[in-house]
Amino acid sequence: MAPNEINPSDENGTSPLAGETTLRQGDFSGLKAFESSFFDSLKSIGYDEGQIFAIRLAVEESIANGFRHGNDGDPAKTVTITFAITATDLHVSVEDQGTGFDPASVPDPTEDANLEIPSGRGLMLMRAYMTEVNVIPPGNRIEMCFRRDA
Amino acid sequence: MNPESAGLRVSEKNGITRVEFIEQNILDEENIQQIGEALGSLVDAQDTPRVLISFRDVAHLSSAALGALITVSNRVKSKDGELHLSDIDPKILEVFKITRLDRLFEIHETTAEGLSAFG
Repeated sequence: MAPNEINPSDENGTSPLAGETTLRQGDFSGLKAFESSFFDSLKSIGYDEGQIFAIRLAVEESIANGFRHGNDGDPAKTVTITFAITATDLHVSVEDQGTGFDPASVPDPTEDANLEIPSGRGLMLMRAYMTEVNVIPPGNRIEMCFRRDA
Repeated sequence: MNPESAGLRVSEKNGITRVEFIEQNILDEENIQQIGEALGSLVDAQDTPRVLISFRDVAHLSSAALGALITVSNRVKSKDGELHLSDIDPKILEVFKITRLDRLFEIHETTAEGLSAFG
């Protein structure tokens, strides 16, 4: 599929919505266009406000992490989002062009000693709000699943 | 950084600086950086900062926004000031609870409660 393209559902709305989008650092209009289309798709297939809040938080955290930590803010690098939405679940993958990271090395931000540290909450929020989150070695791709009945 | 251009509405009454967000979504990295700088300038301008941040119109935020708030909180504490948060939507309050930041911040249901909490 071409970048920035989202497949419409078929006439009876039963086929999954899927797409792939590649964004550059600082491309806020591209990000907003993707998000608008992505969240509209979730809404159109029946995801409720609370579910969309959860998915939005996790997806936006993963994209922001990809730019900030994965690509280290390099404007020449991109983040690619691939997703498939059905009425029962969502699968989304976010891949950056960095060298990856070891999720075990991220300190627990909820420890008392870490509460005042301003960063390091993205991954825990993804895990809290999605049904499943996998960091794919070497750590530059995050695959997430949200099941509506979970 | 001018507070309004960072998307903040700032007012002052009885020695308390009240801050509200003009934008519904505090997400965009660039916007968060501006908000952080504007809040930092507000705190730096006061000897003993007394700040109430209302989340009345905020429908969404990100961990970067939480990070900016933590930085502000640390700066307020370093000047022996007070920071209170109020009017947080239940879904956003849940984010504070999951991250246990409800233990770091003094959170109040309403602006009135937040205002009366200052020592």
